[in-house]
Amino acid sequence: MSDDTTTAPSPPSEEGVRTAGFETPHEGVSDYVAERWRAVQAGELGSLPIILGLVVIVAVFGTLEDNFLTAQNFTNLLLQMAPIAFLSIGIIFILLIADGEVVTIDLSVAFVAGTGGTVLVLLQRPDDPGWPWWAAIIACLILTTVIGLVHALIITKLGVPSFVTTLAGFLVWSGVVLWLTLDFTDAGFVSIQDQTLIDISNKFFSDDWVGWVLALIVVGGYAVFQLNDVRSRRARGLGTRPMPIVLAQIAGVAVLLFAAVIVANRDRGIPLVTVILAVFLAFWTFVAAKTRFGRHIYAVGGSPEAARRAGISVDNIRIAVFMVNGFMAGVGGIVLVSRLRSTSSNIAGGNLLLEVIAAAVIGGVSLFGGSGRIVAAFYGALVITAIKNGMELMGLSSGFKFIITGIVLLLAVLIDSVSKRRRTMRGLA
Amino acid sequence: MTSDDGGGSPLLQCQGVSKSFGAVQAIYKVDFDVRAGEVMALVGDNGAGKSTLIKGIVGIYPFDEGEVYFDGAQVRIHGPKDAADLGIEVVYQDLALADNLDVVANMFLGREEISNGLVIDELAMEHRAQEVLESLSVTTLKSVRQVVAGLSGGQRQAVAVAKSIMWDSKLVILDEPTAALGVAQTRQVLDLVLRLAEQGFGVVIISHNLHDIFEVADRITVLRLGQRVAVFDKAATNQQEVVEAITAGDLAHVPGMEAAI
Repeated sequence: MSDDTTTAPSPPSEEGVRTAGFETPHEGVSDYVAERWRAVQAGELGSLPIILGLVVIVAVFGTLEDNFLTAQNFTNLLLQMAPIAFLSIGIIFILLIADGEVVTIDLSVAFVAGTGGTVLVLLQRPDDPGWPWWAAIIACLILTTVIGLVHALIITKLGVPSFVTTLAGFLVWSGVVLWLTLDFTDAGFVSIQDQTLIDISNKFFSDDWVGWVLALIVVGGYAVFQLNDVRSRRARGLGTRPMPIVLAQIAGVAVLLFAAVIVANRDRGIPLVTVILAVFLAFWTFVAAKTRFGRHIYAVGGSPEAARRAGISVDNIRIAVFMVNGFMAGVGGIVLVSRLRSTSSNIAGGNLLLEVIAAAVIGGVSLFGGSGRIVAAFYGALVITAIKNGMELMGLSSGFKFIITGIVLLLAVLIDSVSKRRRTMRGLA
Repeated sequence: MTSDDGGGSPLLQCQGVSKSFGAVQAIYKVDFDVRAGEVMALVGDNGAGKSTLIKGIVGIYPFDEGEVYFDGAQVRIHGPKDAADLGIEVVYQDLALADNLDVVANMFLGREEISNGLVIDELAMEHRAQEVLESLSVTTLKSVRQVVAGLSGGQRQAVAVAKSIMWDSKLVILDEPTAALGVAQTRQVLDLVLRLAEQGFGVVIISHNLHDIFEVADRITVLRLGQRVAVFDKAATNQQEVVEAITAGDLAHVPGMEAAI
């Protein structure tokens, strides 16, 4: 890579100037595979660790526990992972803007979600004040987004590190949850009456055809997008991935989704909340990967100085990112209370915060900033929920569950650190 | 030895520019000019005022006195934005590239092209990035979709230079572009500098390496203790003469300051 040729550059020929400098890369399948393998060795692991991790989880729990690989447990997993995945999307945005060696983090995310969810439940109480479900949702989302804004202003304008600001937020918002649930309710518990709000995390598409139609829409959309990309790149004479690889990727997505639909349909069907999650993943992936805002988020995470010199307002990006995180905390809070059909004084407590951050890291988002995809929220939440679910089915003790979860998290961070080091070494070589 | 022997009107001309920081006179009544299609080297010992002059030109520390002309018209530059609008770009030593983004994303950072009002037009950007890199005959990059973290020092310099000439720029200022590079990569960057001048850009190169400067520069401006002590035509001078000017060039008397000779 690094030892550049000393020969003088060849003069560009009249025809084919386009390809004089840049050979169209990866035209053959074997070239592409070889190129990808080199990238993996150089520390660009992509989704590889997560795929291996899922294979190990399925193999281990599938062997040890008969109930793990069942249709019912599969739909349970989809329900259990949802709150973690929603919150993790927001946390991924936060991790992306990490400033070089200083991690940006939101330790308050779980209790902000708990606050939002509790406000939602209180507002929908019949006659007290009896807000319609949509108004309660809007109020919840505005509240958590504003909370994100407040955190962001303290961090960017007053210069308090995100770790400290959100540690304070952790205490404050856990206090608010206690105050709301204990002082405004009987016995620190309120159940949701509104059926729409309950449906969010409890409704299944029990008709088989709904799952198939949804899967077809996703696969079709993915295929159109990928093939269109290849076509327009070819039209411009730019290099593309080889067609067999593109088709294999589309086929892979189709097989996975159809398998998921078949399994889910053998139980209660595809959960509504999974469809909502897919919509949010698609939307935020679009924002992160295709818009100027997304590009600037990655730039701020890669080099704040480069971003600043390029005319990007680093502070504005950071504020917007904390607001996105606040918004997603609200969404996660709604999903959480809907799943529990209630709120209570211990909502959003326990390990939720750690599971959310762990999901992002396990999904492949770098703690060092600027690297990771939104879909990591899905992968990470799936892995961490599957481990938890498998250990619960096996009836392991709480202590043992903590130990295993901790080790998995450490492994994920180790993979991140080692692959970052390899990337850096290659850069300096 | 100060010469101003024709060869086209200057693209950038500074006349008698001064800048002081408190009691310290960083540069004093400096004349400096660059023509289009010319490589002007700016040399001098540490503290001679090279950086102050550059920062004055791009408006980071505007000059206290003196006049600046660009393309024949007098200009006032109050910040890097003004300089960029005129067509003056600086490639700083640290390059300021985002390691995690690919070459295309870096070249367009902050000025991404948009289609459909919202979506980044990756194809148009990739196409244009390749064109610019090819116009500079940068052939060592395998793909413009490579992440910058994986590039060598020379390749990074090439990307930073290509980025600087994308936006109708006319004058490119390179701050120590070869300082951290090996022999082969230095060669590449020097070729790049020559190609910039061939294409009609005015180029200012700051360097401590006289060997490099004699390879690429058309003229050499020497600063010493904040004053311009000489301008040489490369063809009519040698390294010995330039070194003497750097270390012992004649200084004017600065009011209020004892020139340390």
